[in-house]
Amino acid sequence: MTSQDLTEIAEQARTWLQETWDPDRDLVAWRNLLADSGWGVPQWPKQWFGRDMNSAESAVVEQALASLDVVGVAKSGIRMLAAATLLEHGTDEQKKQFLRGILTGQENWCQLFSEPGSGSDLAGAITRADKDGDRWIVNGQKVWTTSAHHADWGLLLARTDWDEPKHRGLTYFVIDMHQPGVRVSPLRQMNHHASFNEVFMTDAHVETRHQVGSLGSGWQVALTTLAHERRGADGLRSPGIAMDIKARRTGRIYQQEQVEIETVMEPYKWYPQRAGRVDLVLPRAIETGRVNDPAVVQELAKLIIMARSAQWTAKRARAAQQAGRKQGPEGSLGKLAASNVAKLAARVHTLIAGADAMLEGADAPLEGLIAEILMSTPAVSIAGGTDEIQRNIISERVLGMPKEPRSDTGPFRDVRRN
Amino acid sequence: MNTVTDIQFQFTDEHQQFRESLRRFLKDTSAVTSVRSLMETESGYDQQVWQRLNGELGLQGLIVPEQYGGSGFGMMEMGIAMEEMGRALYCGPFFSSAVMAVTAIDLIASEDQKLRWLPQIASGDMIAALAVTESSNSDLLTSVQTCVAAADDGDEGYRLTGNKRFVVSGCQADLLLVVARLPGTSGLAGLSIFAVSADAPGLSRRGLSVMDRTRKQAELQLDQTPAELIGPYGQAGRKLQMVLDLAAVALANEMVGGAEKLLQDTLDYTRLRVQFGRTIGSFQAIKHRCTDLLLAVELAKSAAYFAAESAGRDTGTLAVNASIAKAEASEVYLLAALETIQLHGGIGFTWENDTHLWFKRAKSSEVLLGDPVWHRARLVKELVSESGGQL
Repeated sequence: MTSQDLTEIAEQARTWLQETWDPDRDLVAWRNLLADSGWGVPQWPKQWFGRDMNSAESAVVEQALASLDVVGVAKSGIRMLAAATLLEHGTDEQKKQFLRGILTGQENWCQLFSEPGSGSDLAGAITRADKDGDRWIVNGQKVWTTSAHHADWGLLLARTDWDEPKHRGLTYFVIDMHQPGVRVSPLRQMNHHASFNEVFMTDAHVETRHQVGSLGSGWQVALTTLAHERRGADGLRSPGIAMDIKARRTGRIYQQEQVEIETVMEPYKWYPQRAGRVDLVLPRAIETGRVNDPAVVQELAKLIIMARSAQWTAKRARAAQQAGRKQGPEGSLGKLAASNVAKLAARVHTLIAGADAMLEGADAPLEGLIAEILMSTPAVSIAGGTDEIQRNIISERVLGMPKEPRSDTGPFRDVRRN
Repeated sequence: MNTVTDIQFQFTDEHQQFRESLRRFLKDTSAVTSVRSLMETESGYDQQVWQRLNGELGLQGLIVPEQYGGSGFGMMEMGIAMEEMGRALYCGPFFSSAVMAVTAIDLIASEDQKLRWLPQIASGDMIAALAVTESSNSDLLTSVQTCVAAADDGDEGYRLTGNKRFVVSGCQADLLLVVARLPGTSGLAGLSIFAVSADAPGLSRRGLSVMDRTRKQAELQLDQTPAELIGPYGQAGRKLQMVLDLAAVALANEMVGGAEKLLQDTLDYTRLRVQFGRTIGSFQAIKHRCTDLLLAVELAKSAAYFAAESAGRDTGTLAVNASIAKAEASEVYLLAALETIQLHGGIGFTWENDTHLWFKRAKSSEVLLGDPVWHRARLVKELVSESGGQL
């Protein structure tokens, strides 16, 4: 791909946008135009709203959109995980039914994987789907479901065969969230927020045409969803920037988009605090005078050293990736590093706050923001794979260390569980 | 926290080739059996290997500018060289001569002095050492008490009086670069650097009994010792701080090389060692420790690489990046050594097992050129002043 080709692509995109883009259009109508033109998701296949472009090509299209302040297709929340999974494993009928609604933002999605009895051991799911004529009947409970309360569709992992080993008895479905057999209930967290839900399914129905992938291949399909979740986690959960920029602009479409962003990003409001807010540490230490305490200085320095080293490590990983080099261990360590940074940040915020660390809300430093950091950081070493599971994965895949002997390889029916 | 300069950090293919050829060279010439025999000798290094290091790789002149007979490379390339030497526990006056002395001369000396010394150092024919430290205080420059006086016997030049300790390769050096201060000055003010010949009258040298026998250190006594001024008189403090920062960056790269070597040894051992009917590497208790060590080593490598890369680009961030790299490498190298001993169990505590050689290098490097506590305090001080605050 020469830079000339890329310039041409950018020019083409820009020309189309200049002819078509109008900030006073209706959001959904505009996104339908984007989807049909292929400029909304150029990296997708031509047949399905895309242009078969590689990442360099689609990046210049993104830039063209951004430079004209154009509202793109809906990307927030779980929808892109659903799209990626359907593009890889779905039938043409499923792609036809769901992809457009994903891109226009008309339909919202949630992910029904984790269960009360299977957190780290996700493949140990016991929500069951039983075939009944031309539909499946689903019974069970899911948990940690972000945005389930306004989801139209759910990505469901359910057990369809209890005699196969654990990983081979699961099947992947798309379930209609608007039905009497599905009940969604918010789950209140220790930091006062309720970003997640519990989802109870009692004789809920799934149409057979909404089975994704073959019977018993649910784990393989779920791995696609999870891979995209890990890859996209940063973009998915960085609400601040999008909100700030878009609030300043005028036009009907921006207002509609703003409402969407606020709704979808609501559950992620506390995520920056969960990461420890390292950016606040030095200014807080200076402001409070705690920077004159040598003990505080030592811990503060340890945090800054760890946080910067983690950033530099991520840079090394990205640079290697961009240069097309084989990824070294630095690429797998980001999550564990982030977890260590957040925990140390909470320690240092406490050191700086002193007795004020006992307070929350209006009485607390920064209107309760520091308290929110202290109450949110424990989640960072659990969500998206616990630190312990990360360590297992890294030790086995990066360091090549042997697996522990397992006791869950026989028929699932006989495996001990909660 | 300040944003990190946005760079696309990576080693080039040429860097990788350089690293690989040096690694091969050191595998042949600095095997652990050689290290063990060299560390028991007085000079501590193999003269032939030292010459080959120059003849085959031109390493002594790696960062010497081309007009003075070197290769004119920067800290990034030096970082690679140091990392590989740290991995192999190379015994020789490389760090003192090719890093510390070259940097001091290059930053501070006059043209005439550079022409006199750098080509000889670059060829490996002359070994130079930097003598700064006097006490166990990590604040090396402000602790300098060695005093300078103008020669009073009608000669040109100066006379130095004082004691230096922890002079890396001080007994091996032909040329000693000695930091001294004008009487009555303190802090970074009044500091200069002087050249003292190894056979100068009034100089006595003694090898210190060091725990890390693979890196020799000396004590110098100077009594009215004749010396040649390098650079400006009484005003080298700020430049000397840069020299020490660049040395700390190089040392941090050496340390991460050693730390990564230890991690590899540990992984190899946990694959072989069987207890309770399994290799011990299959126990989560061991796997998680190894993963944590991997993470620590990778973060320290990033800091060391970034400090080396940015040193050639931006002297404004040198102090901050050098202190980050040195503090972190100090902690991580020692952690790696302790974990390696622990995960080897009893055998890891024996003289026969090689781990203690790297442990001792780690311990010595931890406190050389400022311990991690000093570097952390200094880091925060720099950041506060960057942000406009006072400390």
